[in-house]
Order: sequence, then structure tokens, then C-alpha cells
Amino acid sequence: MCADQIERLPTGITGFDHIANGGLPKGRTTLVSGTAGSAKTVFAAQFLAAGIKRGEPGVFVTFEETPEALRRNMLGFGWDIARWEAEGKWAFVDVSPQPEEELVELGSYDLGALLARIEHAVRSIGAVRLSMDSLGAIFTRLNDSRVVRNELLRIVSTLRRLGVTAVLTAERTQEYGEIARYGVEEFVSDDVVILRNLLEDEKRRRTVEILKFRGTSHQKGSFPFTVIPGEGIHVIPLSAIELKQRSSSVRTTSGNAELDRMCGGGFFRDSIVLVSGATGTGKTLMATTFMAAGVRQNERSLLFAFEESRDQLFRNAIGWGIDFEQMERDGLLRVICNYPEVTSLEDQLIFMKAEIDRFRPQRVAVDSLSALERVATIKGFREFVIGLTSFIKHQEMAGLYTATTPTLLGGSSITEAHISTITDSIILLRYVELFGEMRRGLTVLKMRGSSHDKDIREFTIDSRGMHIGRPFRNISGILSGQFTHIAPSEIDRLSAMFRDDESDETARDTTPTT
Amino acid sequence: MSKIVLHLYIAGQTPRAERAISTLRRMIEHELAGYNCELTIIDVLADPQQAENQKILATPTLIKSAPPPYRRVIGDLSSVTDLLNVLNLPPQS
Repeated sequence: MCADQIERLPTGITGFDHIANGGLPKGRTTLVSGTAGSAKTVFAAQFLAAGIKRGEPGVFVTFEETPEALRRNMLGFGWDIARWEAEGKWAFVDVSPQPEEELVELGSYDLGALLARIEHAVRSIGAVRLSMDSLGAIFTRLNDSRVVRNELLRIVSTLRRLGVTAVLTAERTQEYGEIARYGVEEFVSDDVVILRNLLEDEKRRRTVEILKFRGTSHQKGSFPFTVIPGEGIHVIPLSAIELKQRSSSVRTTSGNAELDRMCGGGFFRDSIVLVSGATGTGKTLMATTFMAAGVRQNERSLLFAFEESRDQLFRNAIGWGIDFEQMERDGLLRVICNYPEVTSLEDQLIFMKAEIDRFRPQRVAVDSLSALERVATIKGFREFVIGLTSFIKHQEMAGLYTATTPTLLGGSSITEAHISTITDSIILLRYVELFGEMRRGLTVLKMRGSSHDKDIREFTIDSRGMHIGRPFRNISGILSGQFTHIAPSEIDRLSAMFRDDESDETARDTTPTT
Repeated sequence: MSKIVLHLYIAGQTPRAERAISTLRRMIEHELAGYNCELTIIDVLADPQQAENQKILATPTLIKSAPPPYRRVIGDLSSVTDLLNVLNLPPQS
């Protein structure tokens, strides 16, 4: 790979610099294009606000909203534009439509006045950054779009001469199709960023995509982002997150000695375990036990609960002999109950990250992911899980997710299907109907980097928690829910045929092995 | 008789600016002869702050601030007849 010759200007927009491989190409003009409501103005303003925090003054050329409206609207993001103006860090070039003024065209004209004003503003505050928002508004006000295009080209080349890094926003009529209206991309085609506000399955999803940075690299594809009060745009650089965290071989207890043994000595300290099962099979119990085991060895433990209320969780825990209340008082446990419907998954992820950052736990449990799945599209959900997983792994914490299967017997959850490759270990909890009686079975399906018990074992739940017993011997098809009872002689014959090898990427192999 | 106040904003001595100025001069000397007419020419390259205050976008821009109605015209003002029409001049009184 050849070295990147083009210098970058870090935007300071959270997550954006990551997907931009460091920032916007310095000294160039980047076109930011999006449909109505795609947060173009926020992007343009945040680009300047973030610059000011780094000591770089900025000029905002507004074609659409008035400076008064911008000062007011952007205050909600914590950007005190009026104060920055007074301090000489922010300057407006106001080209917003003047309501009482009718513009009459008589003969040919150019935008020399606008160019002079922009140059004047840049020089007077020593601007490093400039935003122009948004181009469509000027095309609708002037009849001769050829002149406007030529003049904008002149403005862009002047900005380059002044060494200013600029963001130019433009409208698109649809989410996919031409880059921008009025052929704007013809004159600022070097660097293009697209903001999208998509409607998928009746859910709004914002994404940002860097279409091109001429002559330099960037992350490909679109990345979700959200607009948060007090912060602005927050890009979630999911697949750009490099999974380069160290893999630890240190084991930590699940809270259940028998399960630890089945996993080859416990969970890995920086791995994610997925516990999947139908409702009532003991997933919340496993999450509770996992939390309590952490607290017992003086580890900070954080539980995100999306299905049950706080009272319910605490009552359940007491039923298994675990006093969550005392653990919280001791400062080692934190339980956060949240209804997934309250917010979008992107916001949920940011909220969870912030809580993890604040509490700095050694263990995190999420009960259950399936509850979150309800509020998102499959793609959005998968991105959420990847984002959360990589974040947890970066912190070198042990994580446990639970997922609910829709059917009582057998089956797999959608959650499972979409994230099984992301998690390090999978534990399945299943109901087993045995001679007219419902029992529970547990198996460790996958344990990355370790050997593990491949039996499907029966377990019971009582007031002291979960007890794992002996493997089911004379039954097959538990995982699929299609049970078949096998005569003992058949089992012996099968055991002889299949030697227990140590491959851990077990498919849905339901043959009981010894 | 009310005074006619005109401001012309130009960006340097371009051919467009010169055309606009000569049209205005012709109009003032002939069609508006006998009226009290004041024309100020502002070069935005020399005085960009003035352009900022008046929110001038294009050049040339002609502003008629008196008598009412207020008028803002952009372009090189190719024809005197059209210009008088647009500016509502001479004043009807």
C-alpha cells in the first residue's frame, strides 16, 4: 500500500473521522449531499463547532436559514454560536432569502459580491473551516443556473487558494440516484459524502456514506448515525471497528461450576457468550448468576435488562438466593432497566456505551437481545450487535447476551441466526419432552478457542439456582425439537462410529456422543 | 419633489459593471433629467463589509431605496426602458 499523500483535517464529528480515515481532505471542498431532513445543516454547523473546539475559526455561509434561526436551533446541541461570533471564532455570511425583497433580474450578472463577502469573512477571522448550506436554495433564487454553477466553481477555487477546508451541502431528491440536484457534483466532484434518512420497515434509519475522496482512502459502505441533543451527529463506525483486541486466555467463572467445567474451565475473560432458549428456560437466571459471580469476586458488573422490570428482576434474584440490592449498595453492581421501544437502536447503543464508560465494569450482561430486535430492521439490529460486541471486547470485559427463541421446543432465534458468528460462545437452553414430562436441556454449542463438553445435559432450577446433571442418553433431535427415542444398542453403535473429536465449530449435530 | 436614491454594487471594473454604469448615467441624464437623483457606486472588492451589511449576492446589484417602493435589481441593466419599468420611475406625482 502506498502512503496516503493527502493531508486530513479531523472533523471532530464523533465516529466520522474513523470512517474518513482521519478526516476530510485538507484544503479541499467536500460535497455533503442528502434529502430533506437528512441532517445536512447539522453536519455543516458541527463541522465548524468541532473546529472551534480545536482552535480553528470557521465561516458559515447560509443560503437557507437565517443566522438568527441557526443560532437558536444549534443551541440545543450545545453550540453557542452568538458567543463564538463575539469572540471572533465564527462568522456568518448571510445569503438567506430576505422576505420583503423581490429580486429582479435585468441582464447578465455574476456572484462577485458573494465571493468578495466570503473572502472577506475568511480573512477577517482567519478561518480554517467553511460551511455552505445549502446550494439548492441559491439555484431556486437565481434563474440562470449556468451562471450559478460557474460562480460556485469560482468560489470553490478561491477557497482552495485560501487554504480553507470546506463543506458544501446540497439537496438530493431521492435516497438513491443522482448525487445532487442542479448538477452540483460537476464542479465539486473530488470528495462526496452522502447522508441518508431511510425508511425501512416503517423505521427511520440515518446513514452516512463516503462516496469518494479523490486520490485517497476511506472506509467503504454506509454507516449508521444518530443526531443527539447536546452532541450533534454521532457516527457509529461499525464494520470499520477493527477487531484487533487481544484475545485473553484467562478464564472467569460463569457462576455455575458445572457449566464452567462444560466450557473447559469457564468463560474467557474477554469473550461474548450468547445464551439462547425459549421463554422460561432459565436465561435470566444465567444472566443473574453471571452477574452475581462477578460481584462475588469483586468485579464490577453491569446488567442491561430490556424485558423485565427492576422489581421483577430483583425479586427473581432473591428467589435464587442473590441479593442484587445489597450488591448495588456495595457499588459493584448496576442494573439498568429500559424499554427498547423508548428509543432507536442507534441511540440505545450510544446510551449503553456511555453507561459502560461511566461504570467501567468487568462484566456486562444484556437480557435480552431479542427485545431489542423488535424495534429495528434486521440490518440495523445486526449493526447494533456488532457495534456493542466490538465495544465490549475492546474494553476487555466478559459479556453475556441472552436471546429468546420463538418456539418452545427446538428452533433457533432470529437473534441467534444473525449474530452467532459474532459471539465467541453459544449456549443453548431447550425444553425436552420426555415420556410426557417437560424437562430442560443445556448444551455448549460453540466455545471459540477451547474444547468443551458436547453433551446435551439435563438441568433443573430450584431456589439455589441452576443444577446441571447428566447427559440425555436415549433421545436424539432435542435441538431441532423433533425428538426420537433411540434404543440403547443404537447409541452404542453410534458412539463407536463417531469418535469425539475436538472440532468446536459444531454444526447442528444432534447425535449424542460420548 | 422626492429625491431618488440609488446604490450600485459592483465587483471591480468589469465589462458588466461598466455597462450597468453607462445605462444608469444615460437614464439619469435623459429620462430622469430634472429630478433630484443621487447615485452611489460601491465596489465590493474594496468594501466587502458594505456588501455584507446589505446582503448583496450578485453583481451588479442596483438598489433603489427612495422613493418607495424599495427595489433590488441584478444584472448589467441592458435596457433603459426595462429599468425604468422595474424601478417605477420616474415617480408618478
